[in-house]
Amino acid sequence: MHKIYIKIILFIFFVVGQSLFALEIYLEPSLNSQEELQEALIVAKEGDTLKLAKGIYYFEDGLSLDVDNVTIEGEGMNDTILNFSKQVSGAQGLLVTSNQVTLKEFSVEDAKGDAIKVIGAKGIYMINVKAEWTGGPKSSNGAYGFYPVESSDVLIDGCVAIGASDAGIYVGQSSNIIVRNSIAQYNVAGIEIENSFYADVYDNLASHNTAGILVFDLPDLPQQGGHHVRVFRNKSVDNDTDNFAPEGNIVGEVPRGTGVIIQANSDIEIFDNDISGNGTVNLAIVTYGSDTEDENYYPHPRSIQVHGNRFGKSGFDPDLETGELAAILFELSGGEIPDIFWDGVLPLSQIIFGQPDDEKIVLGDNGNASFLTINPIKYKIGLDPVNTDYDSFRGEIKPLKAVSIEGI
Amino acid sequence: MQGSRVFLASLLLLGICNQLYAVNNSVILAEEFPLTLSEFAFFEDNKAQTPSEGVLPYELISTLFSDYSYKQRWVYVPERRKAIYEEGKVFNFPVGSALIKTFYYPLDERKQEKGMNLMETRVLLRKESGWEAVSYAWNNEQTEAKVKIAGKTINTSWIDQSGKKRTVRYRVPNKNQCKECHATNDAITPIGPKARNLNKIYHYEDGPVNQLTKWLKQEIINHYPQKMVSPVDWQDGSYSLDDRARSYLDINCGHCHAPTGAANSTGLYLNFSESRKKQLGFYKKPVATGRGSGDLKYSIVPGKPEESILLHRMISTDPGVMMPESGRALSHSEAIDLIGSWISSM
Repeated sequence: MHKIYIKIILFIFFVVGQSLFALEIYLEPSLNSQEELQEALIVAKEGDTLKLAKGIYYFEDGLSLDVDNVTIEGEGMNDTILNFSKQVSGAQGLLVTSNQVTLKEFSVEDAKGDAIKVIGAKGIYMINVKAEWTGGPKSSNGAYGFYPVESSDVLIDGCVAIGASDAGIYVGQSSNIIVRNSIAQYNVAGIEIENSFYADVYDNLASHNTAGILVFDLPDLPQQGGHHVRVFRNKSVDNDTDNFAPEGNIVGEVPRGTGVIIQANSDIEIFDNDISGNGTVNLAIVTYGSDTEDENYYPHPRSIQVHGNRFGKSGFDPDLETGELAAILFELSGGEIPDIFWDGVLPLSQIIFGQPDDEKIVLGDNGNASFLTINPIKYKIGLDPVNTDYDSFRGEIKPLKAVSIEGI
Repeated sequence: MQGSRVFLASLLLLGICNQLYAVNNSVILAEEFPLTLSEFAFFEDNKAQTPSEGVLPYELISTLFSDYSYKQRWVYVPERRKAIYEEGKVFNFPVGSALIKTFYYPLDERKQEKGMNLMETRVLLRKESGWEAVSYAWNNEQTEAKVKIAGKTINTSWIDQSGKKRTVRYRVPNKNQCKECHATNDAITPIGPKARNLNKIYHYEDGPVNQLTKWLKQEIINHYPQKMVSPVDWQDGSYSLDDRARSYLDINCGHCHAPTGAANSTGLYLNFSESRKKQLGFYKKPVATGRGSGDLKYSIVPGKPEESILLHRMISTDPGVMMPESGRALSHSEAIDLIGSWISSM
């Protein structure tokens, strides 16, 4: 039963330069899964598929894949389980550092660090995969469930992330990204797109996290200037888990009960989402709040469009204990926290001379959504700076182009 | 009987070819790694680790911590070929070269003559297509080492300087883990043999001499600069605290934490040539650290080692927190003292 079964020559590749045939390699759980699976991942050739039979595989060390164009395929995210509860080395469950890799139909459980990390891949396709910490939300859980970084052509489709102490699904410093049909629950952040270009986030459910969906841009990193992100047809609802992120991390500042936060970034379109049941605020659009000496970094959100969303109940239980956002909102609004909040912070030149039209926040129809922003001039000279005039931010919506990944 | 006759005949044949103790060049260049270390013929005597003709031992000024294991290093460059000096980089070794490193524990650190317990021998092979890395784990009899593509765990022990028995879950890295440290712009590359890190006296059988002088004389390298800024031996208290700390961080962290390294997405750069304060960690916030931050706010808080994430992650042995991510199961207490003092002194 502990043997590796190999069935040969199932697929013939007609592409010149590819290996002439690809193997399907079958693995079953065994007492020696660590060595069997790791060895299979190392000796795999381009085009191969590693098939993991249903069952629980236990690992003491992290696994890694560095061969291009390999598929790892289980028999279902609830049936093929890679369990890392006994892990003693390795900073993540599974590390992928090669291109055109497909991961599908399995689960990574209780990794000591990140569950699945992908570095520098051109083409990473994660389909129907689960990353879970089974003990519920705990600060001792790993940081990220799905963590592609410095990658391009990133697909996360039909995945499930539960219990991450930072973000369930986190795409950082990447480009050309699709996150769809996925579920993120009981994480600090459900889905986070950070320092990334060209991302479509749609048809996802983010609930019972501290915050549902975050689009962030941070300074002092190799890739920054996040832009062109579409967040649509998602449900970011009932995000009601206390923030359990270790201090020091930026998501540690995020208050419980936040639907969507856009921080810095440009060209963001948020539409057709259901955002509801978030005790602090449904949607916040904010400037990067810390000091930075990075001259190449732009801390203010620009060209943000919000339309066609259905906003439900929010602001009923603001988390005044975590970070500053909830306290500021509560004070400014006199307890009547709006659905949509923009902090109004601008560079000095724009405070004086006004914002260029193409950088302004544009609100379309969003049902009966309420809005609040701060007028920085009034704020500086001590007048009541609160502006809740929704209509003054109405404008023409200019839809952003859809993201497409070749072959998907 | 027949077996031994064949063996004798092959010995004779090898003798005639004058190849008895010469390195097997074709094995270095072969597409597949050999199953045993012996096939390279890097050693005349495996157990005693006596190198073959043309295999030269060397040391580095500053070395990577690997769970208190000892390391012996050798370089092999095929005859009539030379490694080319490139400023600031590892020597550009010719195809067919090999870097060999054996990890071992003395049975008793106080009495090294009692012998050693060989763990693994790692080889970096310069093939036509570039460098490849793999490790061979020694058998219990210490007579042969077998290739371990998927790595191996060895639970072992030794007697330390104070006479205390220490145990360790020693990990032989798998082929991918070799690359985790040895990757620059995604290609495998050696880390140690830079001119600046070889610039020290080695006690050869025929006397002490600077390694670079020896390498030049033996035509292993084509050139080395007369002036260079070398890291220092971090254990040598005659150097400044800053030099010692930066040298330690360079060799232990700087291969990944560099603008071209595997950890470049963190924005934390600890390589020797980095001089920007923020990139070196001063009041730098973590990016994707998760619980690695240990509830601390910055990589380095000058004057406050206990508030510095960098030190926190050096101290930890939790796989989700500790740094480096692999190759370490124990904390390096001497280095923790050094880096702690360095941060305190700021």
